[in-house]
Formats: sequence, structure tokens, C-alpha cells
Amino acid sequence: MSLTSYFMEATYLVASILFILSLKMMSHPDTARRGMFLAEGGMFAAIIGTLVGAHIISWVWIIAGLTVGSIIGAWMAITVPMTAMPQRTALSHAFGALAAALVGVGEFLVKINEMPGITRGALGFEIMLGALTTTGSLIAAGKLQGVIQGKPVQFKGQNFVNLAIGLGMVGCFLFFWIHPEAHAVFYSMLGLAFVFGVALVIPIGSADMPVVMSLLNSYAGLAAAATGFVLGNNVLIIAGTLDGFSGFILSVLMCKAMNRSIINVLFGGFGSVIAEASTDTGGVMREISLDDAAMQLAFANRVIFVPGYGLATAQAQHAVRELGELLESRGVTVKYAIHPVAGRMPGHMNVLLAEANVPYSSLYEMEQINPEFPSTDVAVVIGANDVVNPDARDNPKSLIAGMPILEVDRAKSVIVLKRGQGRGFSGLENPLFFKSCTSMLYGDAKASLSHLAQAVQHV
Amino acid sequence: MNPAALIASVYVFALAAFLGYQVISRVPPLLHTPLMSATNAISGISLIGSLVLAGARGYTLPAHILGFVAVTTATINVVGGFGITDRMLKMFRKKPAAANVEAK
Repeated sequence: MSLTSYFMEATYLVASILFILSLKMMSHPDTARRGMFLAEGGMFAAIIGTLVGAHIISWVWIIAGLTVGSIIGAWMAITVPMTAMPQRTALSHAFGALAAALVGVGEFLVKINEMPGITRGALGFEIMLGALTTTGSLIAAGKLQGVIQGKPVQFKGQNFVNLAIGLGMVGCFLFFWIHPEAHAVFYSMLGLAFVFGVALVIPIGSADMPVVMSLLNSYAGLAAAATGFVLGNNVLIIAGTLDGFSGFILSVLMCKAMNRSIINVLFGGFGSVIAEASTDTGGVMREISLDDAAMQLAFANRVIFVPGYGLATAQAQHAVRELGELLESRGVTVKYAIHPVAGRMPGHMNVLLAEANVPYSSLYEMEQINPEFPSTDVAVVIGANDVVNPDARDNPKSLIAGMPILEVDRAKSVIVLKRGQGRGFSGLENPLFFKSCTSMLYGDAKASLSHLAQAVQHV
Repeated sequence: MNPAALIASVYVFALAAFLGYQVISRVPPLLHTPLMSATNAISGISLIGSLVLAGARGYTLPAHILGFVAVTTATINVVGGFGITDRMLKMFRKKPAAANVEAK
């Protein structure tokens, strides 16, 4: 090995250590940002190491790619609004996975004849995971952005068709593994993987996006790890595996938070079977006037805000913070209760509220906050529905039975901010809205919250 | 890749998976979005594979062109991912000491 190769390997080792340290520092918001600087340093070192040690002879494509990529990446990082974070992350998964798939195709073009069987196997995984993650993430991003309809797209025999595509892809992979000279089969595998990604995500509704996002995150990481196996490169294996496992852990957490299995999320097509099983609660929803709601809030001792995806769509994070601060200045204790699957990706609500300058010490996880609802005077539900549906706890026949919820119905009174009288995203009836302690405040969440703040000032 | 190298790689994979599980399960839900975006940026390390494809000795022009596209998308991933993660993490702030009246 030449000196430059040793240098390259050394930078890879440094990068691996820095990546792990940076994720360790992610365990607390105070250290997380410094941790990211370490990861950036590791990435930079690995790039320099590669350019020095990998026998680069033509620089044109490299410089062009780095320049174009940096410009687009920086532009995205600066301009994307926080409310669009889920679709940006999905898009990012697509880019990463596409890079892995393309590297796989490149290796195939150049080295297939000298590739031993083991490497061909890894190459197959790299191509399949990379390609299906690319199209799957693009579909997810399209759904989140609203370019593609968010409702599950389903047809009869869909699972059968998906199974056939998946088996076809795996079949091509096995054939290619044994017969590397069959180029057509290789490209069929690539094509089928692209189709399979679409087929996997199309039937899943937007409300299940936290799970899908986590899974795609995992796949993108595993694709990078498989690239590492093909190239015999340890830093790729380590970084890819970290990403793969992070995504896997998040998917498990998200599924737990919905009391559903991954299989059920992927193939259940939740939200399409409009619940006929839902109990007809038969009550009436009681509407409340702005002034009455403001009065309740102003004279409460403890108020808990419960944000959901509606907060993001209404861009109401700043309005809720203003109302919260106003109440705090009157001596009210204000907290925020965050359900793990509120929003469209893990941690979505936390980021939005942080953007609006809500200190993270006011944000509470479900297990922490649930015991506090009985001693809470007013719980304000902002555009959340299923995560506060008491049917999940009380009605074993409910579609979401067993899903852990924020127990807002135990609060002394509940104000629900809602756009209109319709059902929530999953189409389930929510008995919370009919309880005697609950009152409804209809209208755009952002407008309602700022009007509430004005009204509180005048109390 | 020969069998010995494969075994070494599998070791690395298994240990990284174990370590990843240990480290990542300690990340609070508060930071799950930045976590996802950070690990995504880190997995943009496939950039180094793309660099080789785009310019290293022994690769043909079609491979260079594929490499160019891969370098571009991986760079978007790295630069965009780290950029946005930093932007998010900057926003997480503690309660100002003066306002910290809440008894714990």
C-alpha cells in the first residue's frame, strides 16, 4: 500500500469515530449541535482522504458534481421551511439512495467480470435497496407535499401484485447472482426495484408517514452499508449501518406508539376502511365562543397544549407560542404534550415548536404528561385527533384500540381547535368531541389562536 | 472481496449495528427529527464511493457520468442534510433562567 492509501484509510477511521461520537452527543439538545460539527468534520476528512488516496485521474466530473450538489444542497438547507421538513427529509432519502444505486450500477459496468460471488450478492442488495428507496421516498415526498393524493391508493389484489413484483425482483437477483453475464437480468432487477418502491408506498396513507419515513431512512442506510460491502470500505459500512439502525429503531418506536405492527402499516392500507365499526356516540358537539374560551384560559392555573398535524398545516406554531407566553405572564403554568406520532415524521412537533421559540423544557412526552391531565384546568387540542381519541383506550372494537393516547379527556375541560366538523384523517369518530367537558372552537387554528391571545389580553 | 475480507466486514457491520443501537436508543424523542436528518446526512458518505466512480483510474466514461450524478445527489444529501440539521438544532433552546419559575 502506498502512503496516500494509508492516509485515506486513516481519514476513514477518524470519520467513523467522529460519526459515532456525534450520534452519542445527539442524546441531549445542549450537546447535539457540537456533535454535528464533529460529524461534518468527519465527512470532510473522508472526502479529502478519498481525493488524495483513491488514484483520481479525472477531476472534471468530480468538481462539477461537488459544485452542483453543494449549491442545491445549501439552497435546500437555507430555504426549506420547518413545516416542510418531512418532505425535505424524504427527498433527501431519495438522493442518498439514488447515489448508492448509481454507484452499484457503475461497479457493475466496470468490474462485473472480476467480481466474486460474495460481492455480487452485496451488489444485488445495494441495487435493490437503493432503487426501491429512491422511488419510495419520492412517492412519500410527493404525498407529504400534496402533489400526490395523501389517501391510500388501493385496488383489488394489490398485495398480490406487490408480492409478484417483489418476487420478480428477488428472482432476477438470484439469477444474476449465479449468471453475472446476464446483463438484461441485472437491469430488470434494477427496474423492478424502482417499481417495487412505488408499489410499497402508494397504498400507505399520509397518517402513517412517520413509520414509512423511518423505514425509508433505514433502507437508505442499509443501501449505503451494502455499498460498503461491494467496495470493501469500512466507513461506508459503519455510517450506513448507523443510519440503518437509527431508522429501524425509529420505525419500531413509531409502530409501538400506534400499537400496530410494521406488517400492518405496510400492507394494511389503514384509513381506507372507513370505520363502520365506530360507535355512534350520538351526543352533540358543543361549540364555544372565543371570549368564553379566552376567559377559561385566562383564569386557569394549568393549561396543556396538545399539537397535532393541524398545527403544521395551519402554520400555527408561532401563534400558539404567543398565546402560551401571554398565559404564562398571567401566572398560568403552560405545558405542551407531544405524542410520538403527532405530525408526519418522528419529532415533527418538537421541531415546529422549537422554531417558534418554545423552550424544549416545556415540551413533554406522553408518559411524562399523562398523569398531569387530571390536575389540568384546560387542555387545548390543536389539530390533533387520533392521538387524543379515548376510543383507543375504552373501546376494544375501535380500529385504533390499544394505541397509547394523550389522555386529555381526564382534564377538567378541553377546548378542541378544529377546522370544521368533519372526521379526522383516519375517518374515525372521536368520542372526545362529544364529552360534556369538551367544547369546540371551529376555524383556522392560526387565526383562532391569535384571536384567543387578543381576547386574553382584554380579560 | 475474499472470504477473509467478508468476515472482517461482517464483524464491522455487526459491531456498528450493536453500537448504533446503544447510542441511538438514548436519543430523546425531542430530537428525533434532527436525528433522522443527521443520520441521513452521515449516510451521504456514499459520496466517497461516488467520487471514486466519477474520477478514479480504471473506470470508463459511462461510469464517470454515473459517478457525476451520484456525486451530485450524495453532495446534496451531505450539504443539505448537515445544513438543515444545524438549522434545527440551533432552534432548540432552554428556558431563559429568569422565566424558569416552574418547580420540578
